Amino acid sequence: MRNKLLVLLSLLLVSSLSIAGPKIEQWKTKNGARVFYVNAPQLPIVDLRIVFDAGSARDADKPGLAALTNSLLDEGTGTLNADQVAEQFEGIGAQFGASSLRDMAVVSIRSLNDKVTLDKALDLFSNVVAKPTLPEESFQRNRKAMLVGLKVAKQRPNSIASKAYYKQVFGDHPYAIDGSGTEESLTAMKRQDVIDYHGRYYVANNAVIAIVGAVSRADAAKLAEKVTSRLAAGEAAATLPKVKPLTAATTKRIKHKSQQTHILVGQPGMHRGDPDYITLYVGNHVLGGSGLVSRLSEQVREQRGLAYSAYSYFSPMREDGPFTMGLQTKNSQADEALALLNKIIKEYVENGPTEQELKRSKQNITGGFALRVDSNKKIVEYIAMIGFYGLSLDYLDTFNDRVEAVTVEKIKDAFKRRIHPDKLVTIMVGGE
Amino acid sequence: MRLASIILLSVTLAVSFALPAQAKHREGVSDVRQYILDNGLKILVKEDHRAPVVVSQIWYKVGSSYEYNGITGVSHVLEHMMFKGTKSLGPNEFSKIIAANGGRENAFTGKDYTAYFQTLHKDRLEVSMRLEADRMHNLLLREEDFAKEVNVVKEERRLRTEDKPTSLTYEQFTAAAFQTSPYHHPVIGWMDDLENMELEDLQHWYERWYSPSNATLVIVGDVKADHVYRMAKKYFGVIPNVKIKPVKPQRETKQRGERRIKVRAQAEVPYLLMGYKVPVLTTAKDKDEVYALEVMAGILDGGNSARLSKELVRGKQIAVSAGAGYDMYDRIDNLFLFDGRPSTGHSIEELETSLREQVQRLHTTLATQDELDRIKAQVVASKVYELDSVFYQGMQIGTLETVGLDHKQLDEYVTRIRAVTPEQVQAVAKKYLIDEGLTVAILEPENAKKEMAPAVVNKESGADNAK
Repeated sequence: MRNKLLVLLSLLLVSSLSIAGPKIEQWKTKNGARVFYVNAPQLPIVDLRIVFDAGSARDADKPGLAALTNSLLDEGTGTLNADQVAEQFEGIGAQFGASSLRDMAVVSIRSLNDKVTLDKALDLFSNVVAKPTLPEESFQRNRKAMLVGLKVAKQRPNSIASKAYYKQVFGDHPYAIDGSGTEESLTAMKRQDVIDYHGRYYVANNAVIAIVGAVSRADAAKLAEKVTSRLAAGEAAATLPKVKPLTAATTKRIKHKSQQTHILVGQPGMHRGDPDYITLYVGNHVLGGSGLVSRLSEQVREQRGLAYSAYSYFSPMREDGPFTMGLQTKNSQADEALALLNKIIKEYVENGPTEQELKRSKQNITGGFALRVDSNKKIVEYIAMIGFYGLSLDYLDTFNDRVEAVTVEKIKDAFKRRIHPDKLVTIMVGGE
Repeated sequence: MRLASIILLSVTLAVSFALPAQAKHREGVSDVRQYILDNGLKILVKEDHRAPVVVSQIWYKVGSSYEYNGITGVSHVLEHMMFKGTKSLGPNEFSKIIAANGGRENAFTGKDYTAYFQTLHKDRLEVSMRLEADRMHNLLLREEDFAKEVNVVKEERRLRTEDKPTSLTYEQFTAAAFQTSPYHHPVIGWMDDLENMELEDLQHWYERWYSPSNATLVIVGDVKADHVYRMAKKYFGVIPNVKIKPVKPQRETKQRGERRIKVRAQAEVPYLLMGYKVPVLTTAKDKDEVYALEVMAGILDGGNSARLSKELVRGKQIAVSAGAGYDMYDRIDNLFLFDGRPSTGHSIEELETSLREQVQRLHTTLATQDELDRIKAQVVASKVYELDSVFYQGMQIGTLETVGLDHKQLDEYVTRIRAVTPEQVQAVAKKYLIDEGLTVAILEPENAKKEMAPAVVNKESGADNAK
């Protein structure tokens, strides 16, 4: 079957050409924020997002502080309370968003581009981001809601597994901090903590702005000034420590009343701008990053019916983010599935992909390039990422060429240097 | 915080659909071209030349609401089996070919439809058409593939339902709300029916429903409509039509009083669901009522400024989350839903009382013009925003066609929402948000302490509020 398929594939495919991504322009605002802009004139909308280096990696001894601060931005600014902020955004059809990750605090706005609407939306947006009132009442409410969130997480085996996994993989590194907080930290937290955190990290020199939409470069520059004009210049966040490699394999079995056992296996992986980035990315695509046709899915799901999903991925961050493999299966099959997972990764690090597997992955990645940037939403996320991590502006333009340059030997070499099957963290949740 | 429509995504976890009720289609811009082949296949093409991509979706008019006791889940299991090969393709080869052509693909089963899709560079559309046409009439159902795949589906059910207390609650809730309507049973099927499913059930289901005249092909992207039509004719035109015997109506028997259930499950936090029986666009005698219900959902939960967030989450702070939802594009009568989680120190009873007060207020007091204006502003903007996604545009066209509505009804959406008056909203509240049509479900955490006292006492409430 396989041979016939390959003949069919080679007939269908032409070699991929390098395709240019969207044209990205870059500059700085007067107070130091870096701006990345793509002109997208087809739809009468504007997407703008600001990314601050203010994720949970900056929580220090107060887990949950980054997320709590981020959640309080639209709870009031100037004389407006939370109700009025929401009414003003929604009254003009603007969509405000805020989220908090390990590296990033993201705030975003989508608006129609007619001048009156856009001015209103961005004026309010800039106030919400730079001058939030962070009221005591809202602080208490969201703090308590986060405590309820911790309880909800305790009824989800995947959440329990993920929390334990990050702890075990990252030890005393800030990436081990759980951004949703702990009972202890959230109980002790004060409004002043949030005020201090906002004052320290929500500043221009710690910000990257991405703009995509039907606005000219000149107008985009005005928008960028407008949304940052109220931000203090401030300072960029300090450099994060390097992530230490694991020294020995560890396994944690956590009892939980569930029908399935959730399994996570992994270690520190790679960072944005990593010299091995593209090699590891393509290598993982074969291993567990290509949905149903990946090796993991093929062996765990297709051949044995052990799980609904079996996958692997790298989460590249400012410093080495995790390399993670995962699956869920009914309790009685957990040990069998784990053994299979370990066998697959060991074999893959030893031998790498086959030429055919690599070829198929390259075809999927390069042939699907257009899908990566087919909407304003995707483009604004890309350029914010490129800007935040200081990647080259031709990151997208050269993407396909870099993928094409990956070989089986390069993947074998990179996986051998970077992935250590004898020193993996294993987390199993379930089994009761 | 709107309730996400309960759609079953299968095959991978890669895609999620949030379908905000406000986001439908741009007013008056129905640039959808329609073709019908001799064998009955309907083809709908919407050109969108922003990026060199195309989405191809094939929608079959079959889903869990076509099923009956004993074979629940069969539509969804068949969806899985559609990736297991045909007379000319081996198991999983479909996915491999799409992948090698740079495509992304998936499939999903809902109450009213089973749909398969690929997103590709525009030059590769033909690959997807050839493969979809093939599996529309050449599917090979093999015992050994089925034996493995039904286990995958059981794992999927464990993942999505058995180990998720809120999903378990929802499943028990709909089963209580509907006695004779097929919305009674879950899309993924009861575990016992999955345990006892046979290959023959699937073969029968495939033969009965997978026919060109029971399908709609929706194409959105950087293509020329006439070119798409010729291509579709070439691949799908050769498929013989099988006459479809229509599904029996299975109308819901009249509810005669409020229903209440409790669900005890392994959980930490209680959860409340309330649902009132309401008509949908396909069943309503007066369509205005449906748009009034849609506006009512917006008044309650159309964003952070809407009543539930403003009054229950902020305001009284009785809930950490509260939502309302209504899907006017269901095939048969469904529910107007409320859900929520109480905040610490507040009971599920208090939350229910507050939600009932909200219902009462809709009965007695007219919505304000400000509220309606905000909903309308959001609806108008969303019409534009949704054009940023070819996939979403395809979803909307496919959904409407598959439940038996003309996709052109999407064009009326903004106008009809704009026309809704506060009096009409009050009228549908009085007519439908009544105890006789109400079902309430409460998730009771199995091992939680009886008292509702918070685990963590807040010592800071009343603290300095300066600045």
